[in-house]
Amino acid sequence: MSEQGTVRIAPQGTQPEFHYPPYVSSIARSPRMPLALLAETMTERTGPVFGHRLIRPQDHDLTAQHEGDPLGERIYVHGRVLDEDGRPVCGALVEVWQANAAGRYRHKVDNHNAPLDPNFSGAGRILTDEKGYYIFKTIKPGAYPWGNHYNAWRPAHIHFSIFGAGILSRLVTQMYFPGDPLQPLDPIFNSIPDKAARNRLVSRLDMERSEPGTALAFKWDIVLRGHGDTPFEESSR
Amino acid sequence: MTSTSRLIPTGSQTVGPYFHIGLDALAQCAHQDMAGETVRIHGRVLDGNGSAVPDAMLEFWCSTPANDDAGRHCEFPIGFRRVATEVDGSFSVEMTKARAVPLDDGRMQAPHFLVLIFMRGLLRHLITRVYFAGEAGNVADPVLETIPIERRVTLIAQQKSDTAQTFEWNVVLQGAEETVFFAW
Ligand SMILES: [Fe+2]
Repeated sequence: MSEQGTVRIAPQGTQPEFHYPPYVSSIARSPRMPLALLAETMTERTGPVFGHRLIRPQDHDLTAQHEGDPLGERIYVHGRVLDEDGRPVCGALVEVWQANAAGRYRHKVDNHNAPLDPNFSGAGRILTDEKGYYIFKTIKPGAYPWGNHYNAWRPAHIHFSIFGAGILSRLVTQMYFPGDPLQPLDPIFNSIPDKAARNRLVSRLDMERSEPGTALAFKWDIVLRGHGDTPFEESSR
Repeated sequence: MTSTSRLIPTGSQTVGPYFHIGLDALAQCAHQDMAGETVRIHGRVLDGNGSAVPDAMLEFWCSTPANDDAGRHCEFPIGFRRVATEVDGSFSVEMTKARAVPLDDGRMQAPHFLVLIFMRGLLRHLITRVYFAGEAGNVADPVLETIPIERRVTLIAQQKSDTAQTFEWNVVLQGAEETVFFAW
């Protein structure tokens, strides 16, 4: 390659804008000057690789981190981490955190008047296997109020942080649940302009993976960005 | 899937105010066996009103040879650090000094870290770079030279006179002193 490529820009409408006034906190925290193009060098093409010894076997079971069982609906959340060509990303670090069933986070700045659950911390992590597969056992988080506007409530969601191959694949996002009537009212969910892209943040009920008598399952696949080495081709979708 | 179709990458959402719950544990594994010469960067994150951002998370990355990570007790990657800001918007990170890495055409880049910034209010993360004042390579760095000269300074950590390997670098999210961020 004689000409240095630059970091590829996400397809139009599939990522939120930095400045999105309906989400009030974005107003003072979003850059306003034009973003610069970044050459894609060795720095951008490489990324951290996390070892298996950093993860304990129970780290992906959020229902088994205390003496007793947490309150709430037990669920599995599972799926695959893929690259843009649909290939599984093996060894991807997936970290999650969430509110408890009452919609309360175990965090000092969460002053929502809902009970903490002594049996629920709300954090988990896992490395994807050779098929790019991850699975968490947890409880379904509750909706919670927040201060963005009058009577604002976040739809139920689980926060996800993912490291794929190379630092450019880095993704922090939120997974939602199907059929949640709060989604159309939520400025964070709605910050993604493209409707299809937005709806890909919603998991689907997966009866096949559910455990009869014990837990429902929700399936959610994650697609990570890649490098710009290969020329971008328009998706047929 | 045909060869002409690619999947659309999953949309980003804000890290929110409660990321410590999920993202602290692993980051704490980093404070072991630091290899070679180290560098400390400290600074503050400021918003468009000049107010401190007490709930930001910064991730620093520099490319390291693959064998640097081999055979270490801690499996936390050498070239990576994650740090959160304090109540006053300050952060401090110590890590192995970044090495100079080449561009595809062989030109050398000056030592730098790639920095990803996450916080409540940011629906997608910011990407920037931090360089080090006094490095001879800064003048000819192929990335720095694409940045308008008056804004280049926002990417260069300044050396503190007291200690040779301590640098100060502030991140300004918005306004006249806005840090240079890169598109993705
Ligand atoms: Fe949340």
